Amino acid sequence: MAFFDTLAAMLASPLMQRGLMVAVLVGISAPVMGTYLVQRRLALLGDGIGHVALTGVAMGWLAGSAAGLTPHDLLAVPGAVIAAIIGAVLIELVREKGKTSGDVALALLFYGGIAGGVLLIGLAGGTAANLTGYLFGSISTVTELDVWLTAALAVLILGIGLGLRPALFALSHDEEFARATGLPIRALNILVAVLAALTVSVSMRVVGVLLVSALMIVPVAIAQLTARSFRATMTTAMVVGATVCVTGLSITYFHRLSPGATIVVLAIGVYAAVALIRPLFRRPSEDTDPHLDAEDDVRLHENT
Amino acid sequence: MAVETGTILHGIDLTVSAGEAVALLGANGSGKSTLVKALMGIAPVTYGAAELYGADITTARGSVPWSRIGYVPQRLGPSSGVPATALEVVGSGLLDNRRFRPGRGARRKAVEALEQVGLADRAHDSVQVFSGGQQQRVLIARALVRDPDLIILDEPLAGIDRASKEALASTLNRMRGQGTTILVVLHELGELADMIERAVVLRHGRIIYDGPPPPAAQGHDHPEHDHVHAHADTPSPGHTVPDLRSEW
Repeated sequence: MAFFDTLAAMLASPLMQRGLMVAVLVGISAPVMGTYLVQRRLALLGDGIGHVALTGVAMGWLAGSAAGLTPHDLLAVPGAVIAAIIGAVLIELVREKGKTSGDVALALLFYGGIAGGVLLIGLAGGTAANLTGYLFGSISTVTELDVWLTAALAVLILGIGLGLRPALFALSHDEEFARATGLPIRALNILVAVLAALTVSVSMRVVGVLLVSALMIVPVAIAQLTARSFRATMTTAMVVGATVCVTGLSITYFHRLSPGATIVVLAIGVYAAVALIRPLFRRPSEDTDPHLDAEDDVRLHENT
Repeated sequence: MAVETGTILHGIDLTVSAGEAVALLGANGSGKSTLVKALMGIAPVTYGAAELYGADITTARGSVPWSRIGYVPQRLGPSSGVPATALEVVGSGLLDNRRFRPGRGARRKAVEALEQVGLADRAHDSVQVFSGGQQQRVLIARALVRDPDLIILDEPLAGIDRASKEALASTLNRMRGQGTTILVVLHELGELADMIERAVVLRHGRIIYDGPPPPAAQGHDHPEHDHVHAHADTPSPGHTVPDLRSEW
């Protein structure tokens, strides 16, 4: 029973309790935004926002050291939130104008964001290594404030993401039609962009930019292998997200591994496993012609 | 009005009155789809005005009675990989500028709309596995679920088989009988020839013909063909007041 004793010890550790709490909250809420992003073919938006958020971190750092604040990175997260929101809204406007395709606009964000971050952190007297903590996060050093911030964010995302699901589904599924129904498309687009920016930047310090963007997308990728409806995709992704987060973090209690990396590798492993075993469970009916009722337009005459 | 590379439509002055069944005809690139997209606020109007029920589409978007209008685009965009059932797609047709969530009885309405296009038994299947014709029918159900007074269809006959075309024609005929205004973009009248009472022909973004459609080759002598219009004995005020205008 040594395993259960260790498990009980893990659950008794306040640090681990906070970490697990954050893991569940991010694990549930990130896939909600991710489902909309994947449906809009903006799967990499979270990553792009993360890079811009790094510039924001560096700007906050620069401002903090200029004002003589201690610690230097006191303004890093507010800086990241502001930069991420500006970046996300900007990309949305670029996309709306249709002058640049979504992926080119994303590429610009990626390069500009990371270069700006490295440049500014140098000006602030730091090194690029200071940014690593934001890239990979540190879920093992979560403070109580972090837990409250993450909880507030999760409530916001779940409230809007689930409450406005019909409208956001319509928008992501067919934007032209959504416009023709009279929905306020621009406002909804900007809402999605801002929520994605908040998800990335608030969770960044705790779980890292890389993990947040992975958690927005990979659970959705797993869910869409099995689900037939949008609703089921989102629900499955939320369950998968929370499960891999808790499992991955628990593993790092027993083995000295990076929590963020463990969770992401675990999620991708689940994706691979589901993709491999899925054909074994496919019902035979799915292999048959789904259009049995189709009539032939062409009449064939047999010459015998 | 201009779209990206330049002005697409010129000097178009078109008014569709309530209860009319109008076909927009013309070759590829003549501006038919652009015209209806401009009318729905999807394509930008740079010069002139497009009005729906008296509300300007660009300046008074909020006061357009969106719930009275159903739009059927040419086809569903490329799939993103996230599955969506026919019921979910049709349900999105229940939203408008005031309703961000489908209200009471949404599910029943969506199933009824799918019944009208003969897909009720596939309601819970992902539209990704549907054939082109079935997807087209889902798009039509998505417009029907609004119970619109005006339905705008963009090339609904393109790329679907004969049975689907006939099913569409009978659906539109039924709506026509209930007094629904129909504006349909077409290459040729085809299966819809019987019900179209006015044809507008575009060429290079200009109207070159506006009047009764060329006589249908067949169908008018069909015993079930009915020329009586629903509004014949009870003219609605909409007949005299233009409710859909576009000038630019």
